[in-house]
Amino acid sequence: MIALLLFLLPLLGGIITCLIPQNATAKGVSLFVAICIFALAAAGFFYTPQGSQALSINYSWVSTFNANFALQIDGLGTIVCMLCAIVFPVIFLSIWHRNYGSTYYGLMLLAQAGMMGVFMAKDGLLFYFFWELALIPVYFLSSIWGNEHKVKYAFKFFIYTFLGSLLMLAGLIYLNFLEPTHSFAIKDLAAINLPHNTEQWLFWVFFIAFAIKMPIFPFHTWQPDAYEHTNTGTTMVLSSVMVKMGVFASICWLLYMFPNVDVLNLNIVIGLSVFGMLYASFLAMKQNDLKRLIAYSSIAHIGLMSAALFTKIGIGWQGVAVQMFAHGINILGMWMVVEFIEQRTGKRKISELGGLAQSQPTLAIMFVIIALANIALPLTNAFVGEFLMFNALFQYNIWVAAAAGLSIIFAAVYTLRMVQYVLYGQAKTYTNNFAIQPHELAAFGIIIVAIFIMGVYAKPMLTLATDVLQYLR
Amino acid sequence: MLQYSWLIPLLPLVGFLINGLFRKKLSHTATTIIGSGVILASFIVSVFVFFEVKAGASGIINLFPFIEVGKLNIPFSFQIDALSSLFLLIITGIGFLIHVYSSAYMHHETSDHFARYFAYLNLFVFSMLLLVMGSNYIIMFIGWEGVGLCSYLLIGYWFKNNDYNYAARKAFVMNRIGDLGFLLGIFWLVAKLGTIQYNEVFLAESLAKLTPTDIAAVTLLFLVGAMGKSAQIPLYTWLPDAMAGPTPVSALIHAATMVTAGIYMIARSQALFNLSQLTQNVILYIGLATALVAASIALKQNDIKKVLAYSTVSQLGFMFLGLGAGAYVGSIFHVLTHAFFKALLFLGAGSVIHGMGGEQNIGLMGGLSKKMKITAFTFLMACIAISGIFPFSGFFSKDEILLYVYAKSPILYVVALFAALLTAFYMFRLYFLTFTGTFRGTQHKADHLHESPSAMTIPLIILAIFSVSAGIFGLPTLLTGSQSGHWLQQFLNPVVKNGPLHHISHTTEWALIAVALIGVFGAIRLAYVTTKKGLVNNNEKGFAGLLQNKWYVDEAYNAAVVQPVLSTAGFFNKYVEKLGIDKLVNSVGTGVKYAGKETRHLQSGLIGNYLLWMVIGIMFLIIIITDPLKTMLEGNKPAPQPAIQNNIKVPQQP
Repeated sequence: MIALLLFLLPLLGGIITCLIPQNATAKGVSLFVAICIFALAAAGFFYTPQGSQALSINYSWVSTFNANFALQIDGLGTIVCMLCAIVFPVIFLSIWHRNYGSTYYGLMLLAQAGMMGVFMAKDGLLFYFFWELALIPVYFLSSIWGNEHKVKYAFKFFIYTFLGSLLMLAGLIYLNFLEPTHSFAIKDLAAINLPHNTEQWLFWVFFIAFAIKMPIFPFHTWQPDAYEHTNTGTTMVLSSVMVKMGVFASICWLLYMFPNVDVLNLNIVIGLSVFGMLYASFLAMKQNDLKRLIAYSSIAHIGLMSAALFTKIGIGWQGVAVQMFAHGINILGMWMVVEFIEQRTGKRKISELGGLAQSQPTLAIMFVIIALANIALPLTNAFVGEFLMFNALFQYNIWVAAAAGLSIIFAAVYTLRMVQYVLYGQAKTYTNNFAIQPHELAAFGIIIVAIFIMGVYAKPMLTLATDVLQYLR
Repeated sequence: MLQYSWLIPLLPLVGFLINGLFRKKLSHTATTIIGSGVILASFIVSVFVFFEVKAGASGIINLFPFIEVGKLNIPFSFQIDALSSLFLLIITGIGFLIHVYSSAYMHHETSDHFARYFAYLNLFVFSMLLLVMGSNYIIMFIGWEGVGLCSYLLIGYWFKNNDYNYAARKAFVMNRIGDLGFLLGIFWLVAKLGTIQYNEVFLAESLAKLTPTDIAAVTLLFLVGAMGKSAQIPLYTWLPDAMAGPTPVSALIHAATMVTAGIYMIARSQALFNLSQLTQNVILYIGLATALVAASIALKQNDIKKVLAYSTVSQLGFMFLGLGAGAYVGSIFHVLTHAFFKALLFLGAGSVIHGMGGEQNIGLMGGLSKKMKITAFTFLMACIAISGIFPFSGFFSKDEILLYVYAKSPILYVVALFAALLTAFYMFRLYFLTFTGTFRGTQHKADHLHESPSAMTIPLIILAIFSVSAGIFGLPTLLTGSQSGHWLQQFLNPVVKNGPLHHISHTTEWALIAVALIGVFGAIRLAYVTTKKGLVNNNEKGFAGLLQNKWYVDEAYNAAVVQPVLSTAGFFNKYVEKLGIDKLVNSVGTGVKYAGKETRHLQSGLIGNYLLWMVIGIMFLIIIITDPLKTMLEGNKPAPQPAIQNNIKVPQQP
């Protein structure tokens, strides 16, 4: 029941919000719905033991294709669904000062419905359906609200990821043909005894679909463009939750369905990921636009997750599971900082910013804490996950771990550069430099609390993450 | 009391939270009382803990599970034993004095910035305490990065000045280079042993599981971490720049406590380091080189804090030298005495800077002892102590290290002694130029020159007392005739022991001491003579210029590391990303668009054309349906052996 509600609530909420004529009401309703979803998720997961009936449903759906409406929330699902549930109210809070119109807020909730579905679906066709359901609202969000180039880059983003989706669909249909009962259920798909070569190329088909979403080098160029040109609210959705779809799918679908992938193929993927980490770190050092800088920083962090998960080492998978949540929180915090700054200064280029610590001391504290979480300082949330992932990478290969470890240094370089140029130095005068507002303070507060709670006491999250090992075949 | 030892780090954390969260509401007095009070309370608890440990107690205090994954179990727990309890006293004791001193030194800051300063300082003490109290390498690492963060925040405390911000960033990034080494060492232990809890790693059966390569690799990686934190060659250049921070910060973080973390870590891991002769030799030579190079640079620095900064690097080099030579206790002893006299020197320098209205150039000082009697006298005590003159504290600790170095090799001893003589020279050069002779600054400055308030001078006096007398904790057996080593050796014996020492006759020992003392007095005499005229040259030429410009190491690093990284980044950004990958992606898009535009011409309206395409299409469909898809649909048969394999069959030999 909880599983179904987690999908239906944002879906219905989104449709209703779209239909509300008064924009202010729509904004309120969307926040209310998002909070309800969070409350439902929090209460549901807290009171429901893992493996309970309430966390799964299974109806017949498209009987022609033998596809079922099968949802189930396991440990990893709990982590990402919680992320998805907590992120949306915070996003709505942090962009409360904007007035985008009811369609915007409705589309946001529809995207949430799609992403919730992706994290719960246990049926291939359903999974694909949710995958697209999440993509389409986000496409509209990024092409309608943004700067003057938004349409062009939203289209690039859409075509790129849609291409990936189609590859995945083709792969799913192919698997469905091979499955003796023509079932789409993940258990059945995973049970197919694939010929060795078929398994290899199918791996690549699915990998490319997910690699575009994460994104992994060299499939990443849509991301900085999309982040830069769209509105920050959509960027938040994209980078805190949507990129996790790729990571999640790599664990629960890709490697679960194809356990016998050649080590060589895994090595190639890990190589791409680690190279991408360093590559993106280098690029982050050179960026002037805050949004592009954070985009590359995110690519570097996702690269680590990807590298760790393709090592297929348990400790790394648990690290990835924890890190998915931590990264979602931290990058959301980063975007909130960007939104805050852009709103007050009208600027996003770090060369034009500076001295904000003097006029915005509260922002300075929040920004520094979030930046430190971004570079995985111990006792912030990202440390535990990175520690585990690096351990896995080290057990996979010492030199690869050492190379990836350079990103620890580079992250400090580009993050502190950004902090310095934005916050420190002589104060500049800005057009509209008003003090921090209550809704912003609330949103920042949630992020900061999440950073420290998870950073100091990671045990509950790690316990949930243990469940991820069921996909390790 | 041991079970309450979690209070020791908790109190500074509470102080940090109060000062940080209510910084706009707290007055200067309230901030001082809270900020210093929590450290004093920690100190009192530490004293109780110390005496309990002295009476033989020790133990591990488990707080909560931190990282529990599969077989890897890393608790958040503290280990209280002789080594950590000694460091607790140093950190909280000297920390408290420096908090008190800061209340006067930073008094001109507005109350919210004043509170911010104390919050950072409290957070630093908290992190440093975690570092030494942790019972495994992860808790140590938490403190390790935490002190690095506080160092960053405090170096860049005056954040309007971008030079300071660069110095802060440099410190953090260089420390992170070391941290990566430390982390890789931890990963190595996790991979091989599955634990990083000290008492499990140092067990004989755990150590037996490690191959010599493992040991060498782990210890060398740990050493990289220690080099970053303790400013050893090649990762030392951040420390002199760190002097951008307020002077009490330099005293606490960049002299007395944080920079000794590397020594603590190696001493803590003695069981590992003892097993790798290679690493010990590396430590020995790095320490020696650092001691010498930093001392040589200090000779020609004219900024009072820069001299002390290079002096600190040099003294840390001595401590590494001691570790490498096997004088573990001697090095910790030197950490202890150095904490007193170097904190005193920095606080004294702070007092001078305070009196001089912010001036740091010793060329513009001189004769300050007339107006600043307490500062001058205590500074002199510290100079004597650091120069290693009997019976001041520095003599004993340095003597113990030098003795082990002599036992290792007389040649190394000569080099180390030379570095020690340089120390005496530059310290007394600094003293003479600052406090004796005539004042060389402006009349305005001379009129304003004053002794600092008692909140600053009392810590100076207390530190001076310890700088003079701390030698009693480690009187050499040469003097006492004790068989079981000196007091500190006995105290630390359960945790850290000196390595084996080749027998050195008492005559040799006396001779070494005599040579050292004669040399030191000679160096002081030389310093007196050369500074008599009070001339300070800021533009030295030749070799002196090389020293004044710090051997151009910063410039070399810039050319060898910073610029290549930036140009790689620039290359990636400009060519690979924009003109390479993204161009390719976009051209796929435009290519499709172009293809669409061209294919549109097929819609020509001519029936003949359509028929032609239809036929081609049908033929295409027939081919597809009859061949591959059919096999695909008809079930999952194994693919037929490719024909090509038959062709390359090796012909049968008759």
